[in-house]
Amino acid sequence: MKNDKPKTVLESLNLALHYAMADDESVLLIGEDILDPYGGAFKVTRGLSTTYPDRVLTSPISEAGITGIAGGMALRGLKPVVEIMFGDFISLITDQLINHLAKFRYMYNEQVRVPVVIRTPMGGRRGYGPTHSQTLEKHFLGLPGLRTLAPFHLLGKDSLGAPGKLLYDAILGSEDPVLFIENKLQYLLPLLTRDALLDYAVEKVSKTYNLSTPFYKLSIRSAPPAKVTMMAYGYMAHLAFQAQHQLAYEKEIFTELLIPTQLAPFELSPLFDSLRRTGRILAIEEGAGALGWGAEVLSQAAEVLGTELKQAERLCAEGHAVPAARQLEEASLPSLTDILNAVQKMV
Amino acid sequence: MDITAEYYAKMYLIRCFEETLMAEFKRGIFHGTTHSYLGQEADAVGVIGQLHESDIVVSNHRCHGHFLAYGGDPFKLFAELMGKTMGVCGGRGGSQHIHWQNFYSNGIQGGIVPLTTGMALAEKRKGSGAVAVVFIGDGTLGEGVVYETFNLAALWGAPILYVLENNQIAQTTPIGLVLAGGICARFEAFSIPAVRIDSSDVMEIASLAGDLLARIRVELKPRALVIDTARFGPHSKSDDTRSGEEIAALQDKRDPLSIHASRLDESERKAIEAEIQTKIAESFQAALDAE
Repeated sequence: MKNDKPKTVLESLNLALHYAMADDESVLLIGEDILDPYGGAFKVTRGLSTTYPDRVLTSPISEAGITGIAGGMALRGLKPVVEIMFGDFISLITDQLINHLAKFRYMYNEQVRVPVVIRTPMGGRRGYGPTHSQTLEKHFLGLPGLRTLAPFHLLGKDSLGAPGKLLYDAILGSEDPVLFIENKLQYLLPLLTRDALLDYAVEKVSKTYNLSTPFYKLSIRSAPPAKVTMMAYGYMAHLAFQAQHQLAYEKEIFTELLIPTQLAPFELSPLFDSLRRTGRILAIEEGAGALGWGAEVLSQAAEVLGTELKQAERLCAEGHAVPAARQLEEASLPSLTDILNAVQKMV
Repeated sequence: MDITAEYYAKMYLIRCFEETLMAEFKRGIFHGTTHSYLGQEADAVGVIGQLHESDIVVSNHRCHGHFLAYGGDPFKLFAELMGKTMGVCGGRGGSQHIHWQNFYSNGIQGGIVPLTTGMALAEKRKGSGAVAVVFIGDGTLGEGVVYETFNLAALWGAPILYVLENNQIAQTTPIGLVLAGGICARFEAFSIPAVRIDSSDVMEIASLAGDLLARIRVELKPRALVIDTARFGPHSKSDDTRSGEEIAALQDKRDPLSIHASRLDESERKAIEAEIQTKIAESFQAALDAE
């Protein structure tokens, strides 16, 4: 096991799996191509099968089967972690999630718990085309009994880094099934250190609001009051983080950036307070927008803020499949430029 | 009570419960739906009778017989079906979604196969010695996840018995219209040994299931038991498209209670029946009166 602090999201998640397996013998990994030396299509499981050969199970291409098996294992006291190689393939585990794992605790009248974590990378910008580039978690958000998490690439105070800590806590601490949404471009992002954040004021507001999961509020240090609230998660939080700096230093437009790590169930109280200050929201997501995450964020903001909400905008993918060609894909997914333009239009 | 009498009592309990349910549904006591186990009683009693206390049973939409054979309380099941908080799952699960001790059921076709296989693998890892049994039907063979799981169960050595109750009709569709190839061949393709029995005799089923389970406990690998059986009732409450004559012929030849009854003294049998009738009547009334 590595002793160094993780430098990237990938290292942070990998370290979390190492620690979770070391700390609890009931943790198992199940997935396709996760054995060393390959260590998973995106290398998140690297080193684990070497250290724990009996507890890392390489599986056939049977996403539904392994998810159902993980559910059964969890009902009988194990803590399985399932890797779904591409986020696009969660369509194949839909029945297991909806009609099995997420149902048991409630329908069996709180007699059981289902501690399964399903990790999967979403996202495009790598030219993989329509079936290997999607951001599909919106189809699962709001499913009763399922928690959906997405890490933010902060180093933070924990030795695992914030993404790893989120994953570690999900594996060892969650009583409900968790869909853990990673992002292909997020893996290689450097974890944000104190040095990288010199111009920012970063607040972990989850404690103030008594939330179950980390929720971050970023603003530019010593800036005048913000005019717009941006909300984003995953890789889009990285683009919004860059946009926030550029807007401040190049355009003198100041924003608050809110980054939840639990997408569902919604815990939006920090957003509402931010909007009481700014009155304007831009929700940013990489997935298709119609009837999705951003739509629900705006809707709840409008319901809670009423006439205090002056403007509500969102950025999301174009309403068609993610195309393979570089220029087509770039045009179809929300970019840094799109965020800069959207915020400038709002003020 | 000796084993012969005990099996009769269990099968009669299921019969009385299901008949009461069908009758009371018509009177509007129950809300929702049910899937009758009438005619298949010997499967549940024969197989579940061979299990140890720590073993796991997972059933499907047609789960009342399995639950009662497992030792579930008819009062709690009546209460569940009436939506009472005293029910097995406080009324949240209803007819198809119940859990008590090591018994579980779910109403989705196929999904319980990987679920139970995962349970069996967990018990093997924990070294508990427990094995798992999952009851599926011939209709379930249409679901793809079943075959993913047979492959995984064989690969990973799950101590599980797949019991396929082949009543030869899926809701209203006869098996000949929806099943190509052999049933045992499906298991055997994954090196899961499968045994098929055409019987409604609880003693035959018990003997075979006992043998298979004993092997699974030693081998820690999956096996399959295919029981050709007959469903006397409709799929759910009143959706039977078969003719009265067809059902009457099944009841005449395949009734597990008639088949087994001859092994008991008439006086003993009547005493058992009277006792069970009282128990069901009291359980039903208690459920009606419950919170």
